[in-house]
Amino acid sequence: MLAVNSLNTFYGKAQILFNLTLAVQAGEIVALIGRNGAGKTTTFKSIMNLVPAESGKISFKHQSIYHLPSYKICKQGLGYAPEDRRIFTKLTVMENLEAGKQPPRRDFKPWTPEQLFELFPNLAEKRHQDGGTLSGGEQQMLTIARTLMGNPEMIILDEPFEGLAPMIVKQLARTIRKLKDQGVSVFLSEQNLNVARLICDRAYIIHRGSIRHESPIDTLSSDQYEKYCSV
Amino acid sequence: MGFLIVQFLTGLSDASGLFLVACGLSLIFGVSRIVNFAHGSFYMVGAYLAYYLIGYLPLGGLSFWASILISGLIVGLIGILVEVLLLKRLYRSPELFLLMGTFGLILVIQDLSRWLFGSEDLLGPRCPGLDGSIDILGTLLPQYDLALIIIALLILLAIWLLLNRTRWGILVRAATEDREMLAALGVNQSLLFTSVFFLGSFLAGLGGALQLPKGGADLLMDLNVIAGAFVVVVVGGMGSILGAYLAALLIGELSAFGVLVLPQSTLVMMFLIMAVVLIIRPYGLFGKGKSGEYEYDEKTSAPIQPASERLKLAGLGLLLLVLLMPLFAGDFQLVLMIEIAILALSSMSLYFMMGPGGMISFGHAVFFGGGAYAAALLVHHLNTPMELALFFAPLLVGLLALIIGWFCVRLSGVYLAMLTLAFAQICWSIVFQWSAFTGGDDGLLSIWPSDWASNRIVFYYLTMTLCIGGILILRHLVFTPFGYTLRACRDSALRVDSIGINLKRHQWFTFALTGFFAGLAGSIYVFSKGSVFPDEMAIPRSFDFLLMVLLGGIEALSGPVIGSAAFIWLHDLISRIHFWQLILGSIFIFLVVAFPRGIAGFLDNRFGRIFSNHIGPRA
Repeated sequence: MLAVNSLNTFYGKAQILFNLTLAVQAGEIVALIGRNGAGKTTTFKSIMNLVPAESGKISFKHQSIYHLPSYKICKQGLGYAPEDRRIFTKLTVMENLEAGKQPPRRDFKPWTPEQLFELFPNLAEKRHQDGGTLSGGEQQMLTIARTLMGNPEMIILDEPFEGLAPMIVKQLARTIRKLKDQGVSVFLSEQNLNVARLICDRAYIIHRGSIRHESPIDTLSSDQYEKYCSV
Repeated sequence: MGFLIVQFLTGLSDASGLFLVACGLSLIFGVSRIVNFAHGSFYMVGAYLAYYLIGYLPLGGLSFWASILISGLIVGLIGILVEVLLLKRLYRSPELFLLMGTFGLILVIQDLSRWLFGSEDLLGPRCPGLDGSIDILGTLLPQYDLALIIIALLILLAIWLLLNRTRWGILVRAATEDREMLAALGVNQSLLFTSVFFLGSFLAGLGGALQLPKGGADLLMDLNVIAGAFVVVVVGGMGSILGAYLAALLIGELSAFGVLVLPQSTLVMMFLIMAVVLIIRPYGLFGKGKSGEYEYDEKTSAPIQPASERLKLAGLGLLLLVLLMPLFAGDFQLVLMIEIAILALSSMSLYFMMGPGGMISFGHAVFFGGGAYAAALLVHHLNTPMELALFFAPLLVGLLALIIGWFCVRLSGVYLAMLTLAFAQICWSIVFQWSAFTGGDDGLLSIWPSDWASNRIVFYYLTMTLCIGGILILRHLVFTPFGYTLRACRDSALRVDSIGINLKRHQWFTFALTGFFAGLAGSIYVFSKGSVFPDEMAIPRSFDFLLMVLLGGIEALSGPVIGSAAFIWLHDLISRIHFWQLILGSIFIFLVVAFPRGIAGFLDNRFGRIFSNHIGPRA
């Protein structure tokens, strides 16, 4: 569904991604595992063309989205929830959801705020509160909910569990599995193998800007993980 | 009592007028971060269009209101044209280039209006049905004033509803916070920007048309109105519509009553209010600091490099040429060279503040004109000889810069720039209105050099020594630890702060330094001309310096010198042509679109290798 081929990305003169290649199939939950600075966020931002890549190929549903304006990529059905959440702090929860709304997709039941509130019950009671007043966990849920309002076929989640309390992590993990059941593919990044095991089908290990290992999550050994991700 | 009520309502009506200009500007700034200097021009065009439409539309009493609405719509369409054809190309350029592009627009629109509408001041038609006055406890108030108050409130309400109750409004408010995120959510910002620009321009045109019965239409409206609009936007907090209304109210009422207490305060009042508000609330009444904003693109410019050997050699050659000039050049060329050198020193000092200092000043003329006035006043009142005047005037301006800088360095970005404009305007008003001391509009005359320097060639060398000396000192300072620290302050205030550098003190000192050298340039200038007028301190003069710096490009140290030379040469070349502003404006617009790094930057790009120490591709 999503295929990235030989992607090279620079920040100024510093190369961050080196011939990065990966693919996510429809209906999968795939994790991109790596430690800080490995290039996870840059990979996602390059896919969304928020940080334009230098060279490579990116296709979504067999169509090239390489260097397409970000908004067109989103309209193709690829949603993105950034690591730093980027809630519109001066908009209410409802307005944040409205900002993410896109026309419904064919063969796909559109998300409504009410459905999303069922998925994220914490948000329901705060629907008229400003985004800036939410807690970290609530903001994370709002980011995901806001992206879902665009009715994506695949959603990219950049470190969705970062900084969340263990209780909330479990709750969010359940919610993400539910997304899969509803037909949304998920591509997320994570630093912690145990958390990834909780929900993912398959994992890529990224180290210094390129993919070093790929396997189903069940067969991914701790040694493989330790080799690239231990601090 | 009736008088006080009418005074209050008059203030409210003035406030409504101010709000009508400012709300569109604030809206545009809030979303796109564009400081649209041409907003006043849109306002002017709105007034002219309404004037002619009212004459042509065969709708009887209705034609007045229909014309106003149509004028607003036409100006809105002009806004779309400008945004799509010009501004879209500049969104990725440094902020200053956008400023310069919109400033070029002012010039173009100014001359096009002169050509289309004629240069005569037009008296506005009366509003049918509202051309009388009402009696309030014995004092008369024009009915149209009341109408304006109501219209402004209705527009405030309409914008509020639009922003808070529609999807478009939600997207606009989201865009003011984080444009990139909004794009990732599938929103075409480009379209959103254009629509905001349409609305902002529409409001400007509407505002201009609405004030027609009160103020008529003339070619000076654009600049007259833009300073006031900026003040309102900044005082209210950029991007806040309600803030703009309250700011307009504050300014309107305080001016209306301030005039009763201090009749001379008219010109200063608005800027005084702005200075006070910004000192208490640096981001305006309703403005929010940078904290709420997502820093999505940190623009870093390439570090300034010391000149290579070859470039130094080229500079030396140029210097030699300048020194030998009197041997072969005529009087006229020498006068031109003197002017170039003086303006080059002044714009170099502005460059020092903007480039390495990272502080944009819209009021540089206060230092230049201040130097000219300080020297002229010393000569006029104390019979100071030229040598002493040239020594003391820059020091006095340095002192003035210390005072102004103390306030300004508390702010940053556009707010700082607006505060410099406010102080410049305050000083200009003082000079303009205190005619007993400064000569007012008539200026100060007969300020000539001492006998030994009155020979043109001697004066030429004197000017060159002082100006080139000053430029070289400023250049040298960029590569001293002070200069490094300053650039560090510009690039990351937070990091500099955390390693124990007192950022504000460095910026404050930069102000003083800038003031000193601009003051030196100004004091030489007054002796070269023999007279000085308030124009030297006025807003257009400040823009001249900005243009010189921008023309040269802010990424190259040689920029201000090249920019000044180019500016004077261009000015001299085309000011004899009838519609020279049109040409100058078009040139500016062309320059910012074609050379987003300025002339010097362009030269460096194209020919930099020739002057580089290393052969081969540059990193």
